Amino acid sequence: MKSILKKIYIALIILFLYAPIGTLIILSFNESKTRAKWGGFTFKWYISLFQNEEILRALFNTLLIAFASSLTATVIGTVACIAMMAMKRRTKSILMGITNIPMLNADIVTGISLMLLYISLGIRFGMGTILLSHITFNIPYVILSVMPRVRQLNISTYEAALDLGASHITAFFKVMFPDLLPGILSGFLMAFTMSLDDFIITHFTKGVGVDTLSTKIYTEIKKGIKPEMYALSALIFITVLTLLVLINLSPTDKNKTDKSRAKAE
Amino acid sequence: MTSKSKWLSAPYLFWSAVFIIIPLCMVFYYGLTDKTGAFTLDNILAITSAGHAKALRLALLLSFTSTIVCFLLAYPLAMILANMKVKRHNFIILIFILPMWMNFLLRTLAWQTLLEKNGVINHVLSFFHLPALQIINTPAAIILGMVYNFLPFMVLPLYNALAKIDPNVINAARDLGANHFYTFIRIILPLSIPGIISGITMVFIPALTTFVISSLLGGGKLLLIGDVIEQEFTRMSNWHLGSGLSMVLMIFIVINMILSAVFDKEGEGSML
Repeated sequence: MKSILKKIYIALIILFLYAPIGTLIILSFNESKTRAKWGGFTFKWYISLFQNEEILRALFNTLLIAFASSLTATVIGTVACIAMMAMKRRTKSILMGITNIPMLNADIVTGISLMLLYISLGIRFGMGTILLSHITFNIPYVILSVMPRVRQLNISTYEAALDLGASHITAFFKVMFPDLLPGILSGFLMAFTMSLDDFIITHFTKGVGVDTLSTKIYTEIKKGIKPEMYALSALIFITVLTLLVLINLSPTDKNKTDKSRAKAE
Repeated sequence: MTSKSKWLSAPYLFWSAVFIIIPLCMVFYYGLTDKTGAFTLDNILAITSAGHAKALRLALLLSFTSTIVCFLLAYPLAMILANMKVKRHNFIILIFILPMWMNFLLRTLAWQTLLEKNGVINHVLSFFHLPALQIINTPAAIILGMVYNFLPFMVLPLYNALAKIDPNVINAARDLGANHFYTFIRIILPLSIPGIISGITMVFIPALTTFVISSLLGGGKLLLIGDVIEQEFTRMSNWHLGSGLSMVLMIFIVINMILSAVFDKEGEGSML
């Protein structure tokens, strides 16, 4: 009895989280242009989506920024984690405190503070400013997922590799890197997701005429959202869902599942 | 490790100085000066003007309520999930992260469709002969939007903190004669405090400072402090006033940072 109640509770929360997503997927097949009424089933928005250059352009920008910013953040963040290993406790906790600032700070404050920085440095607003901002708020996610792995590292194996004649670089890639990989991958994925979903910081740091999907949707809200947008987000969601299901169902080769789980995280 | 490895932190130190510390100083500079560059406190004191104070009060009220709702929804959920002892720790995290792959604005907009007078929810309710729900364009709809958007940020830290509790500690309490309630109050709750603090911070701050949810679900009539600041920066171009008001918000952010530094020293309650 109790366990049934628990399952119902979980189901209700999941329904709450996924109801809007279901709604959007249904709307993407709605013949009528308004959200208020159902005009019959159609695929036409999926077809016109691929002829809508503005939306495709925004999609390209979004993916480019998400990929470039999470990759850069992963490199900077991972290197910083390794460097922090050798630091004194005090220095380390100060650095971790700074890392927490973008996580705990309000997005709107981060957004306007970066906007003021770019203005005073005279940097032209555009893709570059969005990219710099996304790297900034992505680094903490990488550090927070790599740090626990760094704590578990056994330094002796690294030193053994050095004793046996490996260079620092070889020892890092052959000994340390494989242990860190799950943390690095999950940090990358988390950063990618956050970059993809960000609106507020992009809103303040983008230039005129440059749009990501979020800012494009924001301007469309006033004029009325084009149903192609629903079609696109349905496609993105279904693609990610399928990928994750495939990864989670992949065969149980120990090493492989470890890695793919990390990806899923 | 050699001391050389400390230099590896140089890129990150540089990055955080230029893109975290200096920008915050810029906000302080703008907040404390007027258009001529002279020192002034007017931008901060502007919070006491009727319109701004009202926006701040409303934002505080709504974000406080939604934080409590999030906590009440998330704690039982996190306990159930932590007790399931699933090996697939990542799978649980995934369920809560996955919605983020559909754009945040679109998801919030979908609630408009669901909540509308002739919306999906009211169709379902009338099918069961239940009274219609009329919360669209009211503060209740904004609270719902906040809870919806920030619930994962409450669930994940709580789940992580609860999953880390050693079951032997709970068994020991039970062996020593504590009942379920007493075990919860004396053992589980205190041990999950890092998660609670981190969850509250991760929900309260974004809810307090949001500006999109209110305009999408509140019908554009209910202004929150976030809306006011956004307008100062984008439409009014009064960066000084906007910065001053942001500094008022930072008071709440700093209180939260101190709380999480005190209660969550080891980062046990972190989201990941």
